Amino acid sequence: MLALLVGVLSSTGVYLLLRRSVLKLVLGIIFLSNAVNLTIFIAAGLVQGKPVFVSEDAANPADMADPIPQALILTAIVISFGLVAFTLALKYKYFSLSDTDDLDELKELEE
Amino acid sequence: MTILLLLSFLSAIWVPYMPKILNKYKGSVLASLPLSVFILTLARGTGLTGMTSTSTTYEWIPQLGLNITWTFDGLSYLFLLLVSGIGTLILIYANEYMKHYPDKDRFYTFIMLFMASMMGLVLSGNLLVLFLFWELTSFTSFFLISFKHEYEKARQAALQSLLITVMGGLALFGGIILIGQMAGSFEIADLMEKSGEIKSHRLYVPALILVLAGVVTKSAQFPFHFWLPGAMQAPTPVSAYLHSATMVKAGIFLLARLNPVLGGTPQWMILVSLIGGLTMFIGAYLSLTQTDLKAILAYTTVSSLGTMVLLFGIDTQASIEAAVLFIIIHAFYKASLFMIAGMIDHKTGTRDVTLLGELWKPMPKTFIFASLALLSMAGLPPMLGFIGKELIYEAKIQVPDIAIILMILGVGSNIFMVWVSTMLGYRTFIEKAGGMPKPPNENGWRMLLGPFVLVLLSLFFGLYPASISGFVEPAISTILREPATVYLSLWHGFNQVLLLSILTVATGFSLFLLRKKIIPVLKKINSALFSIRFADVFNKLIIGFVSLSKKKTAVIQHGYHRFYLMTIFVAATVLIWFQIYYTRGWNVDVEYTRQPYYVIALVIIMMGASLITAIAKSRLTAIISMGVVGLGIALLYLIYSAVDLAITQILAETLTLVLFVLVLQKLPRFARLSSRKSRIRDAIIAVAAGSFMTILVLKSFHVNYNHPISDFYVRNSLPGGFGENVVNVILVDFRALDTLGEITVLSIAAFGVYSLVKLNKLKK
Repeated sequence: MLALLVGVLSSTGVYLLLRRSVLKLVLGIIFLSNAVNLTIFIAAGLVQGKPVFVSEDAANPADMADPIPQALILTAIVISFGLVAFTLALKYKYFSLSDTDDLDELKELEE
Repeated sequence: MTILLLLSFLSAIWVPYMPKILNKYKGSVLASLPLSVFILTLARGTGLTGMTSTSTTYEWIPQLGLNITWTFDGLSYLFLLLVSGIGTLILIYANEYMKHYPDKDRFYTFIMLFMASMMGLVLSGNLLVLFLFWELTSFTSFFLISFKHEYEKARQAALQSLLITVMGGLALFGGIILIGQMAGSFEIADLMEKSGEIKSHRLYVPALILVLAGVVTKSAQFPFHFWLPGAMQAPTPVSAYLHSATMVKAGIFLLARLNPVLGGTPQWMILVSLIGGLTMFIGAYLSLTQTDLKAILAYTTVSSLGTMVLLFGIDTQASIEAAVLFIIIHAFYKASLFMIAGMIDHKTGTRDVTLLGELWKPMPKTFIFASLALLSMAGLPPMLGFIGKELIYEAKIQVPDIAIILMILGVGSNIFMVWVSTMLGYRTFIEKAGGMPKPPNENGWRMLLGPFVLVLLSLFFGLYPASISGFVEPAISTILREPATVYLSLWHGFNQVLLLSILTVATGFSLFLLRKKIIPVLKKINSALFSIRFADVFNKLIIGFVSLSKKKTAVIQHGYHRFYLMTIFVAATVLIWFQIYYTRGWNVDVEYTRQPYYVIALVIIMMGASLITAIAKSRLTAIISMGVVGLGIALLYLIYSAVDLAITQILAETLTLVLFVLVLQKLPRFARLSSRKSRIRDAIIAVAAGSFMTILVLKSFHVNYNHPISDFYVRNSLPGGFGENVVNVILVDFRALDTLGEITVLSIAAFGVYSLVKLNKLKK
């Protein structure tokens, strides 16, 4: 079920990336990064309701959710947020200069 | 030897910094260097029999079989003498000839470089080192041909010769590597030992063809002969040196060098002698209709080179003798003729034989030298050329199978040679002048010295042929790998060969007498026959190649962002699907653990939202549904024990939404930019990509995830990091540096955003 979700999310991501509109491109990036994050998360194995909090009377580590992928994904989320923010700003700037949302037109502007 | 070589290279660099006083005599001063090489070589060469060879080896990259080996044997002895001896004369000649040229320094630098590389080439005993010098001669000759770079023609000719010789060089390199593969060594001495092994190896034929490609291009053999006449754009000293005596001989040298290694097989015989024979004939034939002095000489050079290649192809003792002798003969007369052509050009301002005439009156000395050299070229007694020609005929008669064809080609081209020599002499020196731009007068001694010495030598050796055997014998026996003695004399007795000679000369002369009738016919034939000119074909090929790569670049680098992305996705999808198909990996037996109903509901909502985003027409809808998906993921994280992730996701998602809304008002509406067709196509790609992601995730359940690292973190989190939340401890403690990097990235992004927005405002 979750696997299917990943599939749908990444499909959406790819589809949006292939559009000509820059705004959709940004959306595509978000979807794709969400999908990939989820993939890593699922690949590490799902454990319900046992966050990795340790206390003095530590439980068996094998029972708990795996902390490493979580750390990785946390980083990824933050970075992709940075990326999105930057792309949006770029897009904003570029739109106000070129007056177009179309990547193909952008190419023609270059030439 | 190493020292001398180094000295030659250094002297090239030194040229521009020579003291000003020497400016006028640079050529003569530099000539002392090859002269000393010449004398040293002579000194070392005395008592050299064919079988002795001394080599010095310095290890360079021994792991690659790359050693700097200098081999001094009969062959390199002979060639070294030629290169340095003629080099000396040419430099003295150039001193006078180049007097009024600007950029003399450039000329001297490159000609010294060339000379040094040529010496390195003939001395090297390692094929790789030989190749290095081979390429060096190609490059330096490029600069020499393009010396008058302000002329379009010179540039073109230089480029042409460079491309051809370097292409051949590349082929040669391939051949050398193949030989190295077969024999396990690049040392020529080792190769000779393993000659039998190489010849029976299955890579022998490819290697032979590749090496021959190098030879054919370098020595201007048919069908690559056209670069040599083109290269006549170079100043005359260059033509005289490079294109008569040295550079084009590099190919011949290689043939001689590798003859003991590769020669003697039927393939060798047929290929080499066929190429040589054709070139010999075509070169001689084409020289007839030329009117430019240098062009005539260039085509006869092509023909002579063909003769040498042919002789090496025949590969009998007699033919090798003839070839070695002919190398000397040709170097003598061709260098002097080129120098004479240069003088005539210098003094009269033209090289066109139709304009030239009656030069014997103002230039008597030049006339004498020229006629002697021409006698040698025509192969008449008492010059050395006569002996050479006799020997060549003899060698050709001895060939078993293809003797008749070779005979016809050989006699034919020799007839042409006689013809062209007489014509050249007659039209330049005796016939009435057609109007020369400058009134001619006799040349200074520096210019005359070269032809004088060479012609004298040619005459001397012709009259006393025994005296030359000391130079020829070592080379011949080096090639044959057995002691050889050569008996040379002017008079061989009355035999078949002499008859052929008489026939040749007689026909040549009568053709010369009939030239007024024949030449126009020939010209007509030529213009019909050679309507396809090799040089043009070659140029077209090059231009075609360039435009092809331009088109290719235009196709691959089209500049459409989404198509780049599409290429990547399609490639990745196809590859992974192929892998899945290939390993039959779709049989994933996952236990479909039932998730709680709220998870399923959540997932369905997210899927719907995601689809809505994909097809939404309104921006707001798209962004809101994106937010739904993002928050849904946060919920999923929360359910599956990743509290921190959930928090971060929610934060990031909220911020993204805020950003979008901020930017949104300034941005246009979603436009339907793509056609229906392309949307369907993209949808298919997207679904394919998505489904492999699904399979990937399903498969990933089977990955045996390594716990030890995580366990380490879990165990050490409290004692080492004093934190209960393991994820946090990892981020800020164990992997703090990574987090620092992350923060840096974010701040850079923040700066970027800020400056972008700010810049905009400033502009407004």
